[in-house]
Amino acid sequence: MSEISEEQVAHLANLARIALTPEEITSLTTELDQIVDSIAKVQEVATPDVPATSHPVPLQNVFRDDVVGQTLTREQALANAPERTEDRFKVSAILGEEQ
Amino acid sequence: MAKDRLMDFDKALELFEPVLGFEVHVELNTKTKMFSAAPNGFGDAPNTNVSPVCLGLPGSLPVVNEQAVRYSISLGLALGCSIAPTSRFARKNYFYPDLAKNYQISQFDEPIAFEGQVDVELADGSIRTIPIERAHMEEDAGKLTHVGGSTGRIQGAEYSLVDYNRAGVPLVEIVTKPIFGAEHDAPELAKAYVSTIRDIVIALGISDARMERGNLRCDANVSLRPRGQEKLGTRTETKNVNSLRSVERAVRYEIQRQAVILSEGGSITQETRHWHEDTGSTSAGRPKSDADDYRYFPEPDLLPVVPSAELIEELRAALPEAPAIRRRRLKESWGYTDLEFQDVANGGLLVEVEQTIAAGATPAAARKWWTGEISRLANAAGVEAVSLISPENVAALARLVDDGTLTDKLARQVLEGVIAGEGTPEEVVEGRGLAVVSDDGALIAAIDDALAAQPDVLAKIQDGKVQAAGAVIGAVMKAMRGQADAARVRELILERAGQA
Repeated sequence: MSEISEEQVAHLANLARIALTPEEITSLTTELDQIVDSIAKVQEVATPDVPATSHPVPLQNVFRDDVVGQTLTREQALANAPERTEDRFKVSAILGEEQ
Repeated sequence: MAKDRLMDFDKALELFEPVLGFEVHVELNTKTKMFSAAPNGFGDAPNTNVSPVCLGLPGSLPVVNEQAVRYSISLGLALGCSIAPTSRFARKNYFYPDLAKNYQISQFDEPIAFEGQVDVELADGSIRTIPIERAHMEEDAGKLTHVGGSTGRIQGAEYSLVDYNRAGVPLVEIVTKPIFGAEHDAPELAKAYVSTIRDIVIALGISDARMERGNLRCDANVSLRPRGQEKLGTRTETKNVNSLRSVERAVRYEIQRQAVILSEGGSITQETRHWHEDTGSTSAGRPKSDADDYRYFPEPDLLPVVPSAELIEELRAALPEAPAIRRRRLKESWGYTDLEFQDVANGGLLVEVEQTIAAGATPAAARKWWTGEISRLANAAGVEAVSLISPENVAALARLVDDGTLTDKLARQVLEGVIAGEGTPEEVVEGRGLAVVSDDGALIAAIDDALAAQPDVLAKIQDGKVQAAGAVIGAVMKAMRGQADAARVRELILERAGQA
């Protein structure tokens, strides 16, 4: 009952910017397929009255007051930049657009 | 870039029905960001308003700004939306350096507000109801500057510079349902809708709503379908529409552009298009593709937002009046004619005029300045009137005219000075030495000179032909470089000629 195809794995890898060898794609396809099968088993017992869980801790409404706190200095902010100018991060021109 | 062929607008409407949709992003004017205590400020030095959360540094955790949630609920209520009993944040995954985390925290299937509607008034006074699909909370992205290449656009750029000050600024994205039946009014409706959203967020006090600063951004979706066809046509999404005027022009352009392609049997590519203010046209951006597979999933670092009924009712009770009611009230209290009011409303200047009157100007003076000289200069520069001058400065300008410090003509020069950044109207008067000369001594000296130079005119005035004084008034105004009150000059001339 293979639901996951090698094309899907290659597509996901591309979206995640992870380079995979053909061997890795094959083995990951098998693994992901098993995971999907396992989740399908869970779904068999999850009836419609069981709400989806997105968080294991039953907490809600954890907020912060709108008060300015500590920021990084510009030097701290840029400290790990592979490339930088005086005040900004420098990145290679990437084909694409702001979302 | 090949120039698009455009079909005559009326002809396009004859053949096709336009269907519109809008995504409006509103930046909230909270003191801090959506998920961190870094300041939310415009125009600060690059990368100074950033915290580890804004940079997505390992181990940093976002915490929701409560004020941003309250603002979002207020906006949802003002748009007639239901507020979700439980709402959740989600990760929108994509790789682009405008966000350092490689995902944007947004909302997906559980937005804070959904299913609303907003009434929009057109120039002819008719009301259109725009259906709202949802309004959700998210964070803004950083600002990229593309360097190299000729246009400053991404094509041909050698590298890009990133400023993360804007990354994490709270946003509400308002998404409409498809809007049918706009027909010939489609471009005007687009402008009126964005203008109404702007009025609403200003009235709520939740955003600075300056389009030229990107506080309010509109993506306009346009599709056409042949008359009589049920199925919707393929839509394009035009971005970078940064003024009310551009929204109107961009929608008109897309209708005309798509009509040519469809009428020749071609098909529209579903794509992002960029609006170019300078050429008044759109150009193809990236086609919708695999990259739009955002793989949303619930944000594990944040907890659900569950607003209490009490909070929702508290915010509902504090809502400002609805735009249509507000318009009626303002029109009545300002005493404008229908035409005068439409002038202000269609110019998107209601808030500016209201604030100018609140700052002490008369309704007549506020309207005259905003719809007259300021709008003229704004149109010429291709910017919004509000970006040129503040309501307080307009009121100050009007006050200087009222108290006789400035003539209308001088006031226009002062306006130019204020726009040029020379300070408040008072400072420009001082700096440029523009005040009306009210010192009678200086005026009399100039009048005596002028009369001496034109003895025949003096004789005529003394003969009782007072209209001859006009020639002397001209000479005196010229000598005073326009900085005199013509009526006072006339009085003094007659006095000096012995006719007063």
